[in-house]
Amino acid sequence: MFLTGFALKDRQTREALALWAIRLLGGSFLLVMAALVLYLAVQGAGAISWEFLTQFPRDSMTAGGIWPAIVGTFGLAVGSMVVSIPLGFGAAIYLAEYARPGPLLTAVRLGVNNLAGVPSVVFGLFGLAIFVTFFGFGRSLLSGCLTLGILTLPTVTAAAEESLRQTPASFREAALALGANRWQAIRQVVLPAALPGMLTGAILALGRAAGETAPIIFTASAALTLDEPESIFSEVMALPTHIFNLATNGAHIEATRPQQFGTCLTLVALVLGLSLFALILRARLRKGRKW
Amino acid sequence: MSKEEPILLTPKLSPTEKGAQFFFLACAIVALGQMFLITVFLLAEAGGLLATVSLPEFLFSKEWYPTYRPPEFGALALILGSVAVTICSSLIAAPVGLALAVYLSCLAGRRVRELAKPAVELMAGIPSVVLGFIGLVVVAPFLQETLDLPTGLNVLNASVILAVMAIPSIASLGEDALTAVPRDVQDASYALGATRWETIFKVTVPAATSGLSTAVILGLGRALGETLVVLMVAGGAAQIPTSIFDSVRPLTATLAAEMGETAIGSAHYHALFALGVVLFVLTMAFNLLAYWLGRRWRRG
Amino acid sequence: MAKNWAIRLGAVLGLALLSFWALWDLKGQATAGGRAAVPARGQTARISGSTTLLPFTQKAAEEYLKKYPHESVTVSGTGSGEGVKSLIDGVVDLAASSRDLSPEEVDRAKANRVTLVRHAVAQDGLAVIVQAKNPVRALTMGQLKGIYLGEILNWRDLGGEDRVIVPINRDSSSGTFEMWVELVLHGLKHRPDAQVQSSSGAVAYAVAGNRHAIGYVGLGFLGGEVGLVAVDGVEASLATVEDGSYPISRPLYVFSRVDASPAAQKFLDFLQGPEGQALLGAEGYAPARRN
Repeated sequence: MFLTGFALKDRQTREALALWAIRLLGGSFLLVMAALVLYLAVQGAGAISWEFLTQFPRDSMTAGGIWPAIVGTFGLAVGSMVVSIPLGFGAAIYLAEYARPGPLLTAVRLGVNNLAGVPSVVFGLFGLAIFVTFFGFGRSLLSGCLTLGILTLPTVTAAAEESLRQTPASFREAALALGANRWQAIRQVVLPAALPGMLTGAILALGRAAGETAPIIFTASAALTLDEPESIFSEVMALPTHIFNLATNGAHIEATRPQQFGTCLTLVALVLGLSLFALILRARLRKGRKW
Repeated sequence: MSKEEPILLTPKLSPTEKGAQFFFLACAIVALGQMFLITVFLLAEAGGLLATVSLPEFLFSKEWYPTYRPPEFGALALILGSVAVTICSSLIAAPVGLALAVYLSCLAGRRVRELAKPAVELMAGIPSVVLGFIGLVVVAPFLQETLDLPTGLNVLNASVILAVMAIPSIASLGEDALTAVPRDVQDASYALGATRWETIFKVTVPAATSGLSTAVILGLGRALGETLVVLMVAGGAAQIPTSIFDSVRPLTATLAAEMGETAIGSAHYHALFALGVVLFVLTMAFNLLAYWLGRRWRRG
Repeated sequence: MAKNWAIRLGAVLGLALLSFWALWDLKGQATAGGRAAVPARGQTARISGSTTLLPFTQKAAEEYLKKYPHESVTVSGTGSGEGVKSLIDGVVDLAASSRDLSPEEVDRAKANRVTLVRHAVAQDGLAVIVQAKNPVRALTMGQLKGIYLGEILNWRDLGGEDRVIVPINRDSSSGTFEMWVELVLHGLKHRPDAQVQSSSGAVAYAVAGNRHAIGYVGLGFLGGEVGLVAVDGVEASLATVEDGSYPISRPLYVFSRVDASPAAQKFLDFLQGPEGQALLGAEGYAPARRN
């Protein structure tokens, strides 16, 4: 009696200890992340003002704002979607609606999966070799958009395919039974049902494109432009490369510290805002879905 | 795949139908073609290096002096630099990430989970340049002062920051794997008198092993391919590290630092593409491993 | 079935060709824009190259645009090699460089039938710096060489505190590094564990925060928490660099094409003219020596 009671108590202690260790590890990481975001917010808030967001840098970047970097990041992110959304959605429709199991399907799926794991700096190399040099676009908005477009293609494709597959087969069968051909069924029944989910994936990819640095260092970015980009062949500034340049390349690393924090906060707010928007959209979709 | 049969039996497809099918097939082929193009371009540009150094010399020499006359292109120190930060970061990221996954899926209350899970997913999206910046501005001076090190830009710093980057994705994927373990298996364990701890560690976690290892490997793959963090906080010295306080120059950092400044077509340019190929092969191995484990998981 | 496949293959090839043609067409536009014939609105002088010259070119661009608001300038600092490469490729109009052309670059220009013109725009010296609290304030060229080759490992051996020496290098592709290897190391290999920073500003920042460190930067990067080290008894200053008595000094160049666009030529004239040269001192360079 006594012995089993003691053993049980010991077991309970160990149990409680182990579970609290897990809680502590997990919880402390959540705290670290919260502290990090808070730190950025506090440090960055001081630098951010209307002028900071709407003016060009002045006095060797120690004054003025980050307007051209905001414009550049906006252009790069949206431009990359112009590349990856049509291609990615098209490929997803093929994979989910047309493809029959076979070597081609396996190849495409493996290819897209592997593309998702390729380091972003390798996309930068590729963009440099093909768009900047081979096609001669130079360092430009265009080269950057194409590079980022390929980079985000797997994310866009995978999310779109997932969303298409979640649309019940009965939708298609009903449309086909009514005499629609397959394209009509896809366009008028499947796509309207799946599109919000597909777009959610695209928004997440948009956030990723906005935050990428390595692929645009040698394909698109200038340290300083004193004009808004005039055409798709212009070099542009971007928020991530601006942070990188100010923090490691600049002439006045200490003096531009407030600008660095301000740019970090702007970028984090932009990226997290986009992702949050996508997550909320996804949650509401799941709730509102009737199948 | 039975849904397509009626269509195949239709004798004549309308032009739009045909057009649509071709278009989507073309999209898929182009998507596949990207992978092919990347491989071809990398290999073609890297191949030029063989005119300067032999493959074993490139892989096994540790002398990386690309701008000297004559230049030396030995990638060993760079490869080991990448390996060192990846392993060290996994030593931090795997336990913490998995603990977070267990916490979220098995221990946290409903309300904590509903808040924490999306928060973790959001954290996975923080741009790496911002984390690198934190490493440079906060972690490096802190390490240097508290431990009285010659420099705060070292393997330890890079590993910590990479771990912070990888933990959210490990936790998120790991949570999915744990949640996918059937409820009745766990109920059966409780019915046999097992405690929560025993159920989690003797039933749930083993059942999700392959999913959890996929999560860790994908997290590691991300750490291996990450550029900005190591570029900013690893110190940049092309040496073989002997302690976690040594500076290193991982493959990705070398690419980002040197590619912008080398003449196209020079031996240095080709050598950098060869580093790209090494990186490509390493991450590909990680991906295939994760893919293989993931398939075993789905089957099991 | 076979016919079906032929049609599919044809369609895919056709689409691939179409997209290739579209990209090629853009390439035509890009190269037309990249040469001297910039469209009227795009009167842009694009300057890239050495980060050493960046503070000067940025400041000069600001002043230039104040004086000529209708002109347009983009400035990026990517390293001397990249700048000259981009100039030969026609991606930029002017290349800032902290060294003369390398034999490879001369060959490359010849192969591309481009004639480059060299303009000395400033005289720069590499100042040797340590942290402000480090008592060592005079070294010989031989001692500097020993430190960077790994033969002298402790400040004690140089009359300082008992601390290991942490030498800091610039990126291996930078003109600054090249000059250091040539003038101080005489082409010998530096110790592999030397830290690497990607700009002079970053070196100054790293040295300021590290009592073990030694580094070399342009004169424009002095100040703050760093102490200047005299080399062979001469302190780096604008005067000693300009008169050539300081041992580690060099001219800085801007290269242009012989068929430079009017916009590029105008900006170049500004850099070399009295207004441009007057900006040098504030950024820590001596005026160019006339030869």
